[in-house]
Amino acid sequence: MSPSPLETDLRSLELSLLRSDRMPHIWCPGCGHGIVLGAIVRALAAKIAAGKLDPSKVVVVSGIGCAARAAGYLNFDGVHTTHGRAIAFATGIKLARPELKVLVITGDGDLAAIGGNHFIHAARRNVGLTVVCFNNSIYGMTSGQYSPMTPREAKATTAPYGHIERPFDLCGLALACGATYVARGATYYAARLTDYVSAGLDHDGFAFVEAVTQCPTYFGRRNRMSRGVDMLRWQKEHAVPLSRAASAAPEELAGKFTVGVFRDVDEPEYTREYDRIIELARRQAAGEGK
Amino acid sequence: MLPRTDRPVLMQGNEACAVGAVDAGVRFFAGYPITPSSEIAEILAEMLPRVGGKFIQMEDEIASMAAVIGASLAGMKAMTATSGPGFSLKQENIGYAAMAEVPCLVVQVQRAGPSTGLPTSPAQGDVMQARWGTHGDHPVVVMCPSSVREVYDLTVRCLNWSEVLRVPAVLIMDEVVAHMRENVVLPDPAELEVWERPRPTLPPGDPSFRAYRPGPDDVPPMAAFGDGYRYHVTGLHHDERGYPVHEGAEAGRLVERLCRKVERRAKEICRVEWVAEGYRGPEPPPGFPGSRPAGVVVAYGATARSAEAACALARADGREAILLRLVTIWPFPDEAVVRAAELVGPEGELLVVEMNLGQLSREVERAAAGRTRVRHWGLVTGELPAPREIADEINRAGGSRR
Repeated sequence: MSPSPLETDLRSLELSLLRSDRMPHIWCPGCGHGIVLGAIVRALAAKIAAGKLDPSKVVVVSGIGCAARAAGYLNFDGVHTTHGRAIAFATGIKLARPELKVLVITGDGDLAAIGGNHFIHAARRNVGLTVVCFNNSIYGMTSGQYSPMTPREAKATTAPYGHIERPFDLCGLALACGATYVARGATYYAARLTDYVSAGLDHDGFAFVEAVTQCPTYFGRRNRMSRGVDMLRWQKEHAVPLSRAASAAPEELAGKFTVGVFRDVDEPEYTREYDRIIELARRQAAGEGK
Repeated sequence: MLPRTDRPVLMQGNEACAVGAVDAGVRFFAGYPITPSSEIAEILAEMLPRVGGKFIQMEDEIASMAAVIGASLAGMKAMTATSGPGFSLKQENIGYAAMAEVPCLVVQVQRAGPSTGLPTSPAQGDVMQARWGTHGDHPVVVMCPSSVREVYDLTVRCLNWSEVLRVPAVLIMDEVVAHMRENVVLPDPAELEVWERPRPTLPPGDPSFRAYRPGPDDVPPMAAFGDGYRYHVTGLHHDERGYPVHEGAEAGRLVERLCRKVERRAKEICRVEWVAEGYRGPEPPPGFPGSRPAGVVVAYGATARSAEAACALARADGREAILLRLVTIWPFPDEAVVRAAELVGPEGELLVVEMNLGQLSREVERAAAGRTRVRHWGLVTGELPAPREIADEINRAGGSRR
């Protein structure tokens, strides 16, 4: 069956959101980052097609790493910042111009190691940012050093005897810091991932979406999953939907990861809170002038 | 907010900086508390929302520099303020601003270092860091005030150059000037000369728009995020579209242009003040030197105030000595130093007085290029040198009796 004109239009809109002159991308065969980028493009395109989002009012902010290159592939205002600092740059952009939709694209090293401080404080402030973390549990750009998301026992170039550190629960961290939308998806469940990104973009406050993705080149090959498909199979076997995890015994969840929406609540968004301060300061100044 | 009157108002340097920034159009401040610069943040936290601006105290120094760059990309005039330890932390992002050509002002109130040092004591140990603190060849504009009124003026000038050249600017003070209170009359903000960043002339969406295509002055016009140009910014070497490049020749051309856009305006950016008995001006005092050997004391910031008094003491002692006060530090005012060296000649000397163990003195030596003797004298005790100490140092050179 051929696609309907509507589908063709949406497809060409999706393609127009990617910079074709930036292709080919830098990602390796089997890498999951393209799937996460696809989820982002689909989520954005659907909103633009529905007239709910002006593409001129979208800013993509990224740090350093494989994931961060996605900002350059997206046809929006974009800034590929210094390592770890994407959220801090994004906070400045959002506060300067709150009408902008600010999307942060980051990796697990960028977000949870060098950028950890900015992550926890932006979540605490509830700044209206949508942060998508491409979590592949490894530093891919620099060829396979362990990250704060590398599991125990895994091998990495800087953990040749096996890793001894415990990884973060990134969504748990976001929840503890006060993020008001928190979800975890995986590249194996690409359609669901699009839903999470979409809800994160709609959310008025700090939205965090963790996208579990695969790096066969630098994680998989050292950990007996040398092809992308091996790693996707691993995801399928280890992902537990939140609804099921709630009633599962702890031993059933050992070594697994939960997927789903952990929190979706309304709380005062930072830049609008600041608008209140402006109003108050102006009123006081006017009072003083009397 | 401060009432504007024609009468003098008593204020400190940090306060004059905040007022100058708002008058010059700053509407965004991100910072992190640090002595002796914190008053700037405190005052702007109160002033900015009154004019519709934004203030945020970020979680650290790095984040505040990042937020400033973000706000500037979104079209706001933006600044931060810090001191030595914070300045060290900000360096990577200052380099980013230089590379991505994002206008911003960093106010650096120097305290005695290294490391945590003497947090409430003055020093001038960061003047080389202001030039070379971030890695790689890069442009920067740095100015150093000596009085409260000059803090106001140079805050405006730093912002002006930062905007038109799309370059990070550093207003470098010392603790003395930042905390010193003086009576000042500030100009009417409506009459202030305020420059804005160049804006693209092509409309948004024009296919020939290139975000990093420089104008004839080597500065590319700057679009604000959200205005419809949909362009890419990176700290990687990039082409005119802002896309990363790996090709060496193109990378080299970019760095050369970044540095050239400031160098070609160096004459306009560089300011000095010559101070002699009954004289103050941008040119050497007429008739200097009346006799030889003669000396020129080169100083900047609060040290220049002591040096000015020291020259008077030395003159009373019978020495021929005047002050060359550096107002712009980077680009370095070579031309003024060359003139000073030529005026005093081989039998005279340039005495560079700084609160460090010799930093700008080496630049003075380089610029003087053997035309005269260059000597450094400095203190790193966290104290401002006293005029008598400097005068004794001038006398040590053995200048002639008048």
